[in-house]
Amino acid sequence: MSYLTITELQKHYDSYHALRGINLSITEGEFVVFVGPSGCGKSTLLRTIAGLESSSEGSINLDNRDITELASSKRDLAMVFQSYALYPHMTVADNLSFALRLAKVPDSEIAEKVRSVSASLQLDPLLDRKPKELSGGQRQRVAIGRAIVRQPKVFLFDEPLSNLDAALRVQMRLELARLHKKLGTTMIYVTHDQVEAMTLADRVVILNAGQIEQVGTPLELYRQPNSRFVAEFIGTPKMNLLEVFDITRQDSQLSLDIGVGHINFPNNRINGPVPSSVKLGIRPEHMHLVEEGGDFSGKIELVEHLGSEAYTHIQLDNQQTIIVKAPARSNIQDGQLVQIKIDLDEVILFNDSDRVISKLAEDATND
Amino acid sequence: MMTLNQQRKFKTFITGAFAWFIALLLFFPIFWMFITSFKTELQAISVPPSLFFEPTLENFGIVQERSDYLKHAFNSIITSFGSTFIALVIGVPAAYAMAFNPTKKTKDILLWMLSTKMLPAVGVLVPIYILSRDYGLLDSRTGLVIIFTLMNLPIIIWMLFSYFKDLPKEILEAARMDGANPWDEIVKVVLPLSIGGISSTALLSIILCWNEAFWSLNLTASEAAPLTAMIASYSSPEGLFWAKLSAASTLACAPIVIFGWFCQKQLVQGLTFGAVK
Amino acid sequence: MKRTITRLLMAPSVILLLIWMIVPLSMTIYFSTIRFNLLYPGQNNFVGWMNFEFFITDPGFMPAVLNTLILLISVLIITVVLGVALSALIDKPFFGQGIVRVLLISPFFIMPTVNALIWKNMMMNPVYGVFAWISQSLGLEPIDWLSDFPLMSVIIMVSWQWLPFAILVFVTALQSQDTEQKEAAQMDGATGWHIFRYLTIPHLSRPIAVVVMIETIFLLAVFAEIFVSTGGGPGYDSTNLAYLIYNQALLQYDVGVASAGGLFAVILANIVAFFLIRAVGKNLTV
Repeated sequence: MSYLTITELQKHYDSYHALRGINLSITEGEFVVFVGPSGCGKSTLLRTIAGLESSSEGSINLDNRDITELASSKRDLAMVFQSYALYPHMTVADNLSFALRLAKVPDSEIAEKVRSVSASLQLDPLLDRKPKELSGGQRQRVAIGRAIVRQPKVFLFDEPLSNLDAALRVQMRLELARLHKKLGTTMIYVTHDQVEAMTLADRVVILNAGQIEQVGTPLELYRQPNSRFVAEFIGTPKMNLLEVFDITRQDSQLSLDIGVGHINFPNNRINGPVPSSVKLGIRPEHMHLVEEGGDFSGKIELVEHLGSEAYTHIQLDNQQTIIVKAPARSNIQDGQLVQIKIDLDEVILFNDSDRVISKLAEDATND
Repeated sequence: MMTLNQQRKFKTFITGAFAWFIALLLFFPIFWMFITSFKTELQAISVPPSLFFEPTLENFGIVQERSDYLKHAFNSIITSFGSTFIALVIGVPAAYAMAFNPTKKTKDILLWMLSTKMLPAVGVLVPIYILSRDYGLLDSRTGLVIIFTLMNLPIIIWMLFSYFKDLPKEILEAARMDGANPWDEIVKVVLPLSIGGISSTALLSIILCWNEAFWSLNLTASEAAPLTAMIASYSSPEGLFWAKLSAASTLACAPIVIFGWFCQKQLVQGLTFGAVK
Repeated sequence: MKRTITRLLMAPSVILLLIWMIVPLSMTIYFSTIRFNLLYPGQNNFVGWMNFEFFITDPGFMPAVLNTLILLISVLIITVVLGVALSALIDKPFFGQGIVRVLLISPFFIMPTVNALIWKNMMMNPVYGVFAWISQSLGLEPIDWLSDFPLMSVIIMVSWQWLPFAILVFVTALQSQDTEQKEAAQMDGATGWHIFRYLTIPHLSRPIAVVVMIETIFLLAVFAEIFVSTGGGPGYDSTNLAYLIYNQALLQYDVGVASAGGLFAVILANIVAFFLIRAVGKNLTV
């Protein structure tokens, strides 16, 4: 049962088309993350849901009510802003209770709600302070508290963690995940950080140039992207793309000539007819450096040691560079010649228009 | 050879000394006026000027007696504070509307408002004089308050506008999400956040009104004349009464100068008209 | 809905300013085409362009236009140049910086009438003034400022009043200058002068625009200083347009000619405003 439904939503500024026909339905209690590169329209979409931007066409429906033309203040949504947007002239307690006071909630009830929220977010010792006397993490907590205290139908988060330092960001991410588990309220979260998207979301919505590129669980997006954009956007370091120079059919296999070797790809993993030209995608973690028996070979150009693992940049014989994830302590050095073995099951094929034409290995055998 | 540290100290000393010299030079006329107001008329015109003398308060008494200083000071206070208050009441909503709901015409409207300020007062002196006469506003504080209000309204709107525009937009959006209607938004969020801007706008307006001379000279006679007009009556060439003139001038300027000193920091922030980020 | 509220909020200001502009202006236009002398009441017949002819052929007209422009431009140059220099001078901390700043800005709070009286009498008087005493101490002939250099005297008074305003604006602007940028320039081998020339001055371009704009508004209308000090004389040497029109209206009671002159002042102001807004408007984010 859809809780929040967005239908054919369009948004134009003068000559700029920010949202081009967004269709999305979100069920109650879901944690949905909008992710995409800057300028993709994710923030505009969130702000349009919030009512801070008006839509040009289309409709937004929340809990069986059309809210497209409703003022922000009447939508029963709460938002956590990137800059936190705390009221600088009010104490933490006043910040938390502002919405309730506007709504003329009785004082005793306000006090009760503020107390319970401040206890759950460890804000008790800060209640009498002004925002400028708080640290970044504390402000973030107040901003979240201000949203929670109202018990809105949906929480909106606009890149809430981007102003925090790395350590704090990880911690707050965890707290948000816990919070969602505890409250069970629908949350919509905008970020450009794919790690946040993958770790927090029930479902991720990937936006590109004002359109939805793909919607799915984090794992679906990782394993079954439906376009090159999604395949490259998800995953660090990003997916390697290899040029395929020639395709030859051999019974149930396709032999793909990648210039430095041949890769055999099962025919039944291709959706529809085999196109005349394809590109081959393979993630760095699905390739392995081996002593012998590799699919092709190359020369180590540079190794980035991350401690837990190492990113090896390898130059192939045809000058193309790929990245392979290697174990941390593999004894590799710059300039060394290596063989590379790929996990065939994880290979993805793209057609000329960058759409994915292969399906998962396990789905193919089930057919 | 001096060390780097000594060089820096020396440089600071030279700049400081030079700055002090210029500041004292520019302040000298005010200082001189103040000193002269405590002299006798003879000491006031003595050459070389006397720096050491027995101060007298006699001049101040004579000024109050001759021109009723307190009445004119009262007029100045009423007209500057009154017109500033009214202009703020009219100007704040307009500046708010333009800053937070800007349209393509906003810039044009602002420039037009400013251009009304460009109209030289002298170009409309006669009509204003005649209108004031016909409506019984000549030599009245009400008339002067109306003129001052209209005169400063464009600058007030402009200053407030640049202030409001610099308020973080997200805070207002947060208020909207929290359920604030436009009225709540102005009263509970915008005004408290822009207290600084509004007070510096008010300060500038009060100073401009206090020192306004053209309309006060031309539209008032005795009853409603503010201090600027009172001082002008001391410009008559008959005789040299510099001590009394200085006393009157000191009395006329002291309130606004002291006011300005105290509010200097406030004023500085407001005078940038959004040109400084 | 939102648009209606916006209009409603703006209405009082817009309507009042519209009245403030249109009513007196149209009356001025009307008066300028009729014969209207307070000494000859009742003879208000239409005279066409005659008042304009009178005003433009008045011997004071050309000097007044020139004086208005000279006054405007000189004071703008003096206040902007000295303002930039002085605010750069007091930007870095030194002993008594706060007091120096207060002293520097004080003249802005002095009313124009007082300003003119102090300078005219206590400073510039050829016999008893401070300047005369300094000249004599140096063995020079004292200068009769108001008679010999009337326009310059007015320029000095007006500059003295408006220099603090420029300093006020520039000091604030300098505080927002990026110190890292200056440090980077120092590492690149820039001297103090280089930093001032290539970083500080460009940083001040918008504040300078603001100062020029605001000052122009007030400088075109300088009146009290002239009224109190030189009375426009000797001859027309220190008469500006505002003072000439005032003379016409209140001293010669000729409202018709004064109105024609008023219109001329409006036109001049518009010409200046046109160039100014074009030059300055770019620098202002409205």
